[in-house]
Order: sequence, then structure tokens, then C-alpha cells
Amino acid sequence: MKSGKFFSAMVLAVAMTFTGCGYNTMQQQEEKVFKAWGDVEATLQRRADLIPNLVETVKGYASHERQTLEAVVNARAKATSVKLSADDLSDAAALQRLQQSQGELSSALSRLLVVVEQYPDLKANENFKDLQNQLEGTENRINVARQRYNEAAEEFNSSIRSFPNSLTNSLLLHLKRKEYIKADEAAKAAPKVKF
Amino acid sequence: MFPPSTLSRGMRAAAAAALILTVLVPDAFALQVPALRGRVNDTAGMLSPGAVRQLDILLQDFEQKDATQIVVLTVASLEGAALEEFSMRVAERWKIGQKGLDNGAILLISRADRKVRIEVGYGLEGRLTDLKAGRIIREVIVPEFRAGRFDRGVVNGVQAMIDAVRGEFQAAEKKEADDLAMANLTDTIPFLILFVFLVFSLGRVSRPLGTAAGGFLMPFLGHMAFSPGLGTLAVLAGIGLVAGFILSVIAGLAPAIGSRPYGRRSGGGYGGFPGGFSSGGGFSAGGGGFSGGGGSFGGGGASGSW
Repeated sequence: MKSGKFFSAMVLAVAMTFTGCGYNTMQQQEEKVFKAWGDVEATLQRRADLIPNLVETVKGYASHERQTLEAVVNARAKATSVKLSADDLSDAAALQRLQQSQGELSSALSRLLVVVEQYPDLKANENFKDLQNQLEGTENRINVARQRYNEAAEEFNSSIRSFPNSLTNSLLLHLKRKEYIKADEAAKAAPKVKF
Repeated sequence: MFPPSTLSRGMRAAAAAALILTVLVPDAFALQVPALRGRVNDTAGMLSPGAVRQLDILLQDFEQKDATQIVVLTVASLEGAALEEFSMRVAERWKIGQKGLDNGAILLISRADRKVRIEVGYGLEGRLTDLKAGRIIREVIVPEFRAGRFDRGVVNGVQAMIDAVRGEFQAAEKKEADDLAMANLTDTIPFLILFVFLVFSLGRVSRPLGTAAGGFLMPFLGHMAFSPGLGTLAVLAGIGLVAGFILSVIAGLAPAIGSRPYGRRSGGGYGGFPGGFSSGGGFSAGGGGFSGGGGSFGGGGASGSW
């Protein structure tokens, strides 16, 4: 009777220790990284979806700014063609490629918004103001999503490197470190909307 | 053999220091998020008492019907902080909106910067879109502010926000979301039973062993239930120690009740012991009868200036 109780206590203790080795935690943390990355991609897609509308609206008022408009369209096409899989998050070069293409889109957009400054009629257009609000909101979402991704990645990275998780990971899971998204220069010059 | 371990310890210390810096430094130097005092937080003193009351009633009424939380914050100045960045910090600190529904929105006004922002929680993004929020700022709030009518600008702006999101949620949905959170908690009940059983068994063997087991297992359990922060874990360890001790005492008494009438009940001296820990709870989230429900934000909304 008494030994039976001790036996179940021991089984429980072992189960508890197994939970304590980080086997589950690390995988949950990795899922959080993937989810955060999903949010980053969703916000980037949201921005890409806004651009055709923006380009059309600007064209109506500033059709002879063809070069600037084309640059935006091309940068968008290039940016949407770069897609990452979950595995690529551990690949610095892949992430760099994505950041590069998104950064180019950001700077093409900000050049467009500088050009727009010369067209008071366009700036006063309600439709354009709405688009500016949406674009600004989307840029803000990208920033938030990027920051949250980095936080999730940092939590995951330090988790797989600290004991005892590091041991579990090297023996059983073999999860790879996730790369951070750096705020690049082009993104820092993201369009700022002035009223 | 030794260098790797010192190296990793050094790196870990550096990582910890970096973490502490990133966590503490923005708080220490940037503009502080004010305490949530109610639905209307007029720290800049821009609104008349009448308008504050009117807004409070309006928003309270709306929350009762729709469970959606909207709060107003005015600050004297952003002190150089970016509007969107500060707004997001406010949103993350206050957690306006119900957990799971994320139906919160914040109207933030900085007097000196002449800036307005509507920050929208995930659950309201479908109705109070960036476009809609931008129009409310441009067409409702800014014209009044330009004319110096802050009361009217804020009241009309909040009313427009309410009109935009009305009907998106019902008060009943809050209960469902609460139930969901409860279900999450009930998942750990089997573990709680095992915890009690284990501590009880160990406590029978020896009181310190049971106490130690309690102190170790309680934060463990908490970690599984709702992955708390380090502070909460420490508190849980404290609670676990007390619980483990009490269980051990009970376990020790159980066989003694029949055989020894006087038992070990002379434990009166320990009476004050649990009290010392119970004050460390820190669970009471103050806020004058109003607090955020745990809603989350993703940066949606719009900004403007007057």
C-alpha cells in the first residue's frame, strides 16, 4: 500500500522532470515564432494589396510621374515574389533577401509620397487621404509585427541555448536558431504621412 | 573543461544584461505610460468635468451592452516619443478590450504635440478600419480641436468610434471568452490533484520534504497553466511552500488523530506563517473599478494632428 503510493509519486516526479527539460516548452516557443512570422507576412501582404489602388489614384492626378510609379509597381512585384518557408527563418541569407526586397518597396513608396507633395489637388483628394491612412496604418502594423517576431525569436533562441533545454535540443529536437529581422535603412525611411 | 563553462556563463550574463537593458531602459528614459484610472484619463486636463462624466457614462453604458472597451487618454506632451510607439506601449500596458475578443480601442491625444491617435484592437479592426479611424480624426475630431473645442471633439469622436463598432460584439460573448479562459485553467486540475497527492505523500515522510516539494511544484504548475513572469513564479513558490507545509502538517496529523489524542496540534506557533506570504499575492489589479480585460493590439488605427 505504502510502496504503491511511493511508486506513483516517483512516476509523477519523473513525468514532472520530463516536462521540466523543455521538450514541450521549446516547441511551443517555436510555434510562437512561426505565428509571429505569419503576422509579419500578413502585414507585408496587406501593404502589397494597397499599392495598386494607391498607384491608380496617383496616376489620375500625376500621370507624368511614370518613372516613380513604375518603380513602385516593379518593387511590389519583386517583393511579393520573395516568399519564405518556415525553415527559411533559420537561414540568414533568405531573410536578408526578403528584407532587401521589402526595403526596396519601402523606399520606392516613400519616393512616390515625396513626389505627391507637389500635387495639392491629389493631396486634398478624399480617396487619397483614405489611402494614406491605410498605408500609414499598415506600416505601423509591419513595425509592430516585426518587433513581436523579434521578441518571439529572442525568447526561442535563448531558450534553446540555455540549460537544460540545450541538452534536450541537441539530443532530441534539433531545433535551429531563428534569425532576427533587422530594421534596415530603407524601412526607416518608410513613408510618414503629414496632414 | 572550465573555459567553455565560464564562457557560456559570461555570455549568459551578457544576454541577461542586454535583456534587462532592453526591458528597463525605454521605461526609464521614455515617457511613462500613466496608470489606468478609469475610462477617461485626462492627465493633460483638456476636458471639463462635465465632459469627463458624460464620456464615462457613455463608455460604461456601451461596455455593458457590447463588452467593447474604449478609453480616452490625454497627455500634456509626448516628450519626444513617437506617437505610434507610445500609443502601442499604452495599449500593451492597459490591455483594453476583453481577452480573446480583443475588442478595445484607445483615443490618445497629446496636447503640446497637437496629435491625435486612435489605436484599434485586433477584434475591432474589421469595423473601425484604418480608413474609418482616419476619417473620424480628420472629419470629426480635428475640426473641433482646431476651433479649440476639445470637449466636443472628444465626445463626438468617441461617439463616432462607438457608432463604428456597435454590434460587432455582444456582452454575452464576454462570458463565452471567460469560459474559454476557464477551460484552459481546468486543464491543469488533474495536475493540481496529483500535486496535492504528491506533496501529501512526501509530507507524510517528512515535513520539510513536503514543504520543499510544494515550493518546487507550485511554480511548476503555474508555469504550465499560464506561463507567468519571474515575479509571479517567486510568489507561486512562496504559496507552494506554505501549501506544502500545511499539507505536510495535515498528512502528519492524519494517522495521529486516532492513536494520539494530543497529536501534534501544538503547531500554534506556526499560525502566523502563512500570513507572511499571503500578502505577496499582488493579484489585485487596482484601477478604481475599471481595468482592461486583456485585449491585444496589432498597431491598427490612424493618427492625425490639428
